[in-house]
Amino acid sequence: MRRRDFLGGTAAALLGTGVLGSLGACGNSGPGGGEQLQLWALQDAEYQKVIRPAIDAYNSGAEDKIQLTTYVNDAYKQKLQVAMGSPQAPDIFFNWGGGNLAQFVKAGQVVDLTDRTADLSAAFLPSVLSVGQADGRQYALPMNGIQPVILYYHKAVFAAVGLQPPKTYDQLLAVVDALKARGVTPIALPGSQGWTELMYLEYLLDRVGGPDKFAAIAAGGAGAWSDPAVLRAATMCQELAKRGAFGANFASINYDNTGASKLFATGKAAMFLMGSWEYSTQLTNNPAFVKDGKLGWLPFPTVTDGAGDPTAVVGNPSNYYSVSAGSTHADTAVDFLKKTLTSESYLKGLIAAGQVPAVKGVETRLAGTPGADFTTFTYQLVAGASSFTQSWDQALPPSVGSELLTNLQKLFLAQLTPADFVATMGRAR
Amino acid sequence: MTTAVPALGRAPADRRRHGRPGALWAVPAGLFFTAFGLAPILVVAYLSLTRWNGLGDPVWTGLDNWRALRDDADLTHGIWTTLLLTALCWLVQTPLALLLGVWAAAPQRNRAVLSAAFFLPLLLSTAAIALAWQSLLDPNFGAAATLGPWLGAPDGNLIGDPDRALYVVALVIAWQFVPFHTLIYQAAVRQIPATLYEAAAIDGADRVRQFRSITLPLLRHTIIASSVLMIVGSLTYFETILLLTGGGPGTETRVLPLHMYIKGFVGFDMGYASTLSVLLVAVGTVLSVLIVRATGYHRMASDREGL
Repeated sequence: MRRRDFLGGTAAALLGTGVLGSLGACGNSGPGGGEQLQLWALQDAEYQKVIRPAIDAYNSGAEDKIQLTTYVNDAYKQKLQVAMGSPQAPDIFFNWGGGNLAQFVKAGQVVDLTDRTADLSAAFLPSVLSVGQADGRQYALPMNGIQPVILYYHKAVFAAVGLQPPKTYDQLLAVVDALKARGVTPIALPGSQGWTELMYLEYLLDRVGGPDKFAAIAAGGAGAWSDPAVLRAATMCQELAKRGAFGANFASINYDNTGASKLFATGKAAMFLMGSWEYSTQLTNNPAFVKDGKLGWLPFPTVTDGAGDPTAVVGNPSNYYSVSAGSTHADTAVDFLKKTLTSESYLKGLIAAGQVPAVKGVETRLAGTPGADFTTFTYQLVAGASSFTQSWDQALPPSVGSELLTNLQKLFLAQLTPADFVATMGRAR
Repeated sequence: MTTAVPALGRAPADRRRHGRPGALWAVPAGLFFTAFGLAPILVVAYLSLTRWNGLGDPVWTGLDNWRALRDDADLTHGIWTTLLLTALCWLVQTPLALLLGVWAAAPQRNRAVLSAAFFLPLLLSTAAIALAWQSLLDPNFGAAATLGPWLGAPDGNLIGDPDRALYVVALVIAWQFVPFHTLIYQAAVRQIPATLYEAAAIDGADRVRQFRSITLPLLRHTIIASSVLMIVGSLTYFETILLLTGGGPGTETRVLPLHMYIKGFVGFDMGYASTLSVLLVAVGTVLSVLIVRATGYHRMASDREGL
């Protein structure tokens, strides 16, 4: 706070208080005498088509109007971090739940929604809802589709080489060797971005040791990283890379410029471990690949002697809306969320945008929509999951998360041994 | 030669009119520098003594962040990476820019056309350059797939190879900044009086000799100016690296400014990031002072003496 006041003072002295004063005066009163609430979300053309009509519908009958502002992903995290707790904080804000949300809760900047939205909470999938909780209280409600990580495979490539898609980890290793022998990159991995490598560690630890191992890490327990299961999962990751499962040049491949998606769609790689959003990415960039029925999908392989439940999934349970504690219109904000998030039109909009809303029984709504075979698979995967572990880089505090992604790259490039990886992460603060 | 005026002759009256301007003239620049240069440095110096994630109030932790510098393996690596990248940038860019600048300074029309095309990277934003290169360096579908085998990487693994990544980054940076330095050299070469070359030609000096004995010595100040820009600049630019590799693979291309950015704006450890930036300010200041001292640039001796 001290810093902000100081900088604010400097800015005021330079610009003249008149300018800032007039800006402040027109900020909060909308047309019609009511007040304006700020809702912050990410820039996402598909989601705009869902949220804008919802806001318009709410605004038409309400005294206080909601105003939407959107940001690009990476800039948003920084913008939110700086704005929270300041007078410029939004009333309703998009977040990822988990560690990201927990730090705002810890700073006392989020409204406890537990009692005010109890009836609404019953409508959501429990595994998704729990990521919006901190210390057993509900601080965030799911506002987007579920995004589990799925093992995609190229049906035409598997057919051409006469292989079955792998159901167990041992089968995966056999498939990797067979594909390699035929000159196909077994798995596309955009290794220039650490979060794509994280998906392997997440799933392998879950399969080897169960979700409690990561829960212990997230809770910050001493020695959680040095658990034998974590070491084994890290070792398996490095072995996959050393075995050539990702080809030799995976560290040069990027996800954001669709380099990996193209590698997979063109059949130069046979498998791809990615979030459920990859389906719409392929539909946009390589429509023929999807429409010709060459894109296949599977749950992550099981590990035969692992302690984890084979139905467990990892990924982004959803995205969330929270109400900031500094909001002077918290009641209106909560009212908006209650009326919107489970409304018929909002859910329909999400499905039309290719999302699977995190509400119970959404299955029946999916039937007959385009891509229903994929969305139904996604829903059943999550609805039948014994646990849904959130992506670690979102669940952990940001400082640890960024260390994790860097060290993962080193692990996959064999610059760090699994033991060193575990030891280094144990020291990250 | 004919324009030389005995400056001392017109002394007292003139000195009053053309002497040092009053302190008042420095006020606008001084205020600007205080508000946007000094004040942030002071705030950052304070923050370096706290633990703060951008939320709530910074918590005073004394010298904890400064002690943490010792245990930060990425920092030592980052310093070496920064130094290596600085050296690489200077070694690649200076000869290229110098030769291109000298070449472009001649009056032929074909040179003007080619120079215009060559200066195009100056017009592009850094982000656009980095993203274009990122696609070019894709090992399966980019230029790296085709050119990789010629560069010793049959699988196109240029930007992802821990041993090659930094060199690739240095080349991309060179592609972006060589035109700028070429422009500086081109302008400087055009300032060299043609009479010198005529005299040298009469004395029988060939082109190479003329370049070595006239062009190079007279470009001394330009070389220093361009080098200072390059070296001090290399302490601050990180956007190309951020977009191109994110500091990876691992931490192979994570230079000091990028390390600071990642700690501060990805990890939200503002206190430690502030410590790193104070370090950067100190290193940058020392480095530019050193260069200026070592090269005698501050004396500003004319290189047109006797002409």
